[in-house]
Amino acid sequence: MLDDGPLIPRNLALHPAPYDPGYKTTLARSPALPLLSMDSSASEETGPRFGHGSLGALDNNLILNWTRGKSPAIGERIVMHGRVLDERGRGVPHTLVEVWQANAGGRYRHKKDGYLAPLDPNFGGAGRTITDEAGRYQFLTIRPGAYPWPNRGNDWRPMHIHVSVFGHSFGQRLITQMYFEGDPLIPLCPIAATIKDRAQLDRLVAPLDMANSKPLDYLAYKFDIVLRGRRQSMFENKPEGM
Amino acid sequence: MVQKLEMLQETPSQTAGPYVHIGLMPSYTGNGQIFAQELGESPIADGAQGEIIEITGSIYDGTGWAMRDALIESWQPDAQGRFAGQDGADPNLSGFCRFAADAESGEFTLRTVKPGPVALRDGRVQAPHISLWIVARGINLGLQTRIYFEDEDNSADPLLARIEQRPRVETLIAKKTGAGQYRFDIRLQGDGETVFLDI
Ligand SMILES: [Fe+3]
Repeated sequence: MLDDGPLIPRNLALHPAPYDPGYKTTLARSPALPLLSMDSSASEETGPRFGHGSLGALDNNLILNWTRGKSPAIGERIVMHGRVLDERGRGVPHTLVEVWQANAGGRYRHKKDGYLAPLDPNFGGAGRTITDEAGRYQFLTIRPGAYPWPNRGNDWRPMHIHVSVFGHSFGQRLITQMYFEGDPLIPLCPIAATIKDRAQLDRLVAPLDMANSKPLDYLAYKFDIVLRGRRQSMFENKPEGM
Repeated sequence: MVQKLEMLQETPSQTAGPYVHIGLMPSYTGNGQIFAQELGESPIADGAQGEIIEITGSIYDGTGWAMRDALIESWQPDAQGRFAGQDGADPNLSGFCRFAADAESGEFTLRTVKPGPVALRDGRVQAPHISLWIVARGINLGLQTRIYFEDEDNSADPLLARIEQRPRVETLIAKKTGAGQYRFDIRLQGDGETVFLDI
């Protein structure tokens, strides 16, 4: 009995619906017709694997990676850490985790971001790492600022870090966002509110983790990520016609 | 109380937002200095076996506008239908690519090798296809779809066979526009909405 069966079907009820009037951009970008469901095949069960060789030593250090170690970014120093797990609670080893975020003032280093807050010359805003044997990962970064965005009259994004995870199967591919414990903007945000069940949204809110904070250096926030698992292949080796 | 199943739930998705490129394709937005090597720049290396093809297209929103801010990932097997890491797979094919529409034209181009057919567990054979995953501002959960090819025999493909409204099958089939050239447009909504997958 191995976990090499098809991917466990997604529970779409815990994800945001494609169409959400509170988040205006979804209105013209949401498929209206039902998704086509099928047991996964090799196309979804395999996926790209990235070796440590393709990553640089500072890739998971957003404080230093933009200047290649020359000059640290401005802001409140934090460590974001956690585990990538599957639905069976097992760590997903050797998988790529990528993050991107605004700087301490809430400004992205992106040609389309024209927010008033200045760019930090020492901050690029992206990082990546590969999980260890137990599925653990960590990033050293600065706490991103909240920022306003054009949606309704006065919408603001809570402080957040965008997170992209691969797992071992292309069908596990997931992008989400990490929020910070205690941020009063979380309940006001239309993007956070695309998740209708508050208990599900709370799973994206990282708690302050004093036990892993380093005195006189950084605060830690813990963020675990759960990817789809695989069905166990019991009774699937039966002879034809049984 | 019944026994506990001891299962976790998948982490909920959130939109990739308008700035996804700074994280996943930094050079696309002028931030190429951040990493020594970007991931997914091409699905093939020199010497990849099989027919080199180019697939060009756009992603249209519900108003008919060719979106400029989406990011696409593709995943495919080699010309023999073997995925990277499998026994005998072509060492010059990673099978993974990241690409985005050109800011001026709104068109993307994927240059790769034509994939081979892949069997299901039950032995039925899937017609050659490339898997896609699309994220952007306004897309709350990454959209999965597939590119099939007009000049392949798609008649027995198990996934295409499940599409009840037969004209919709066409939304998954790239049209041949020249030698090794294909057109594949994606429509998120409205007339000709692409078939998206839950696999
Ligand atoms: Fe953001």
